[in-house]
Amino acid sequence: MPAADLEPAPGRVPVRDGLFVDVDPPLLVTGRCRSCGHLHFPHRRTCPYCSSERVDESRVPGRGRLWAHTAVTAAPPGYTGDVPYGFGVVELDEGLRVIGRLTEAEPSLLRRGQPMTLVVVPLHTDDDGRTVVTYAFAPSSAEPHGLDGRRPPTGAAT
Amino acid sequence: MRAVDVAGVGMHPFGRHGELSTTEMGVTAVRAALTEAGVGRGGFQAAFCATAYGGVASGHKVLGALGMTGMPIVDVEAGCASGGAALMLAAGAIAAAQYDTVLVFGVEKMPKGIIRSSFFEPWQEEAGLAATPAYFALRAQRLMESSGVTKDHLAAVVVKNRRHGVHNDDAMFRSEVVAGDVLASRVVCEPLRLWMLCTPNEGAAAVVLRANGTGSSGAVRLAAAVLRSHVPGAVLSESTPLSGLVDDDVIPPTALAAQDAYEQAGVGPGDLDVVECQDTDAARELLSYEELALCAPGSSAELLESGATQLGGRLPVNPSGGLLSKGEPLGASALGQVVELVRQLRGQCGARQVPGARTALSHTVGRGANAGVVILTR
Repeated sequence: MPAADLEPAPGRVPVRDGLFVDVDPPLLVTGRCRSCGHLHFPHRRTCPYCSSERVDESRVPGRGRLWAHTAVTAAPPGYTGDVPYGFGVVELDEGLRVIGRLTEAEPSLLRRGQPMTLVVVPLHTDDDGRTVVTYAFAPSSAEPHGLDGRRPPTGAAT
Repeated sequence: MRAVDVAGVGMHPFGRHGELSTTEMGVTAVRAALTEAGVGRGGFQAAFCATAYGGVASGHKVLGALGMTGMPIVDVEAGCASGGAALMLAAGAIAAAQYDTVLVFGVEKMPKGIIRSSFFEPWQEEAGLAATPAYFALRAQRLMESSGVTKDHLAAVVVKNRRHGVHNDDAMFRSEVVAGDVLASRVVCEPLRLWMLCTPNEGAAAVVLRANGTGSSGAVRLAAAVLRSHVPGAVLSESTPLSGLVDDDVIPPTALAAQDAYEQAGVGPGDLDVVECQDTDAARELLSYEELALCAPGSSAELLESGATQLGGRLPVNPSGGLLSKGEPLGASALGQVVELVRQLRGQCGARQVPGARTALSHTVGRGANAGVVILTR
């Protein structure tokens, strides 16, 4: 299914095109090499593992397990959103380890190996009044997540 | 191939120096190294200047201020390993008999706070993914899970290096700290506290290299100067790509550089008397123990606990105080390590001297990824 077939939610713009598909539930856009079989993210034209140019776009649901996590407590360069925010690596079911934001900003409420799910979260509002969004990972437990990716107020981290 | 000697070294202290420019700091370090080497105008045939944030023609500005231009002057950027990269180029040129004497120096004036790096794409900054300490923190957590390293060990690295730094006039922080205060300092990215992270700062260092046999006997020998980059797949290597496939078997750039350097120098980790390693954060030092093969995989905590890596131990690591005491001016930090180790091998380090040191290793690793390993012998 080509990207043009999927309409993003109105009033939202991805932080960069080609990282994820902003539908509910969202999809992560990875690259899969036809020569060596490795997956990578973000999708590139050339496989970073074997330099082959036989790379296909592969959209995956973004389910996996938490591999490492922390939280960022002070705004890093170029970032204008809220702090603190969660930050970690999720090992997807496909074996790919993806670095990204986590919806949980309190590290003690997360544990290594717990199931995580891809979500899309707001970063800030751009000059045209649109909400700039990016991919993130949320704990997969219990209640479903809203389109804004915020976790429910309680119970999500257990 | 010709052997390469260190003919002279010089430093401008690392710290915060107000309006002082990179050029002025560079002049101080270069002048000191040239004086020590007995080399004047026209006495070196090439110069390599390591810098990451210095901008266009940093090396030319320093040598222009000294009235010593005309030879090739090349600025070298390899992140935290920039100085190691410059040394590798200079040593290679001397070994190949392209030049007899080469000046290598590093200058830097870092912005305050979390390092802004053009390594990251604008969207990564916008999404909050250019959070360098967070990558360090993830790596620290993985080390803690895989090797029994605890927060107390991280604090102990800081206590050790700050104790060493008390004796170093070129260090930014020259006071001892206690573990409780390290652990009580502000959480930057769990598990890393503020005092467990080195401070980006300002400074310069310089080294004059010369073909063996053209200077005085008894000089410190540059036995190896190696630079390596990462191989694909290491999700938490210093290259910090956004993703990698399951990468547990990927050899990190530091281990690649160390293997090459040990082979070039004809020494093994057991031959080392003193090490300066990349303690960007406290966990990075412990990881370096493993990657440099100073200990078996997973046993960095035991090596630290044994006291071997403190002054007075079997293999002191970061007797200069490390980056945790000196701060990290990227382009100058690797050469700062080399200056320290040359002085250690000459027995010039006073209260922080490692007695009888004859074989030394310098290690830097950072953005790129780039890892530099230098081995010095006497």
